[in-house]
Amino acid sequence: MNMELDKQLQELKERVEKLETGTKDQISMVVFSGDLDKILAALIISTGAAAYDMKVKLFFTFWAISALRDPKKDGKGKNLMEKMFGMMLPRGAGKVKLSNMNMGGMGTAMIKGIMKKHKVASLEEMFKTAGELGVEINICEMSMNLMGFKKEEMIDYPGMNICGVATFLSDAQESKIQLFI
Amino acid sequence: MTTEELKNLKSNSIVDARGTACPGPLLAAKKGIGEINSGEIMEIYSSDEGTKHDIPKWCQKMTHEFLGIIEEDSYSRLFLKKA
Repeated sequence: MNMELDKQLQELKERVEKLETGTKDQISMVVFSGDLDKILAALIISTGAAAYDMKVKLFFTFWAISALRDPKKDGKGKNLMEKMFGMMLPRGAGKVKLSNMNMGGMGTAMIKGIMKKHKVASLEEMFKTAGELGVEINICEMSMNLMGFKKEEMIDYPGMNICGVATFLSDAQESKIQLFI
Repeated sequence: MTTEELKNLKSNSIVDARGTACPGPLLAAKKGIGEINSGEIMEIYSSDEGTKHDIPKWCQKMTHEFLGIIEEDSYSRLFLKKA
């Protein structure tokens, strides 16, 4: 009888250990949206998670990549279509718009004023803080190619990589929290 | 701790995060805690209402001991002891 209990106890211990070591104190996010408000939310959660000593892995894809462009830099060797895309998409975090109430840019300008008044950090400042806190940014290579973005036109950010979906999946698999924004 | 006890407490460091909004005070706390030793007491000034909920929760997760809050006119003083 005792031996049976010991065996069961051992099995349980092993299962608990497996559960505990399967995930890290890590959060993974897909940042898909190119909207000011949504990217701000992603960065507030990211920096907050960093304060919780969690590892933070952001996977920037599609419209969100525009927010990582450096307005002072240009990508070289673009074809006509890529140049057109580059012109039509926002050039950096300072140019992205609100998802609602943009009203031809008036709403975005207004919210920026309100954010300043309430001492809410701007998107540019949040990217800087995130970098200092070690928040990792991975950019989807496929989306970059689609939009004709080049690595050299992205902001200087510590720990920025160009990668594919497998990177996100491996990160997400070992994370306790996964979000899509 | 009671307000009286907190008032007599000597902090090893003060982090002034007044005027910043979420997540400012939390990030200031995270930075400040790295600069003191285990067992030392840190005080956070914040004018952000949410901080009063956030810092105790953060302390719980990070195993720091949350000691309490003193309310001033336009801000709060939050006390914690580093784990």
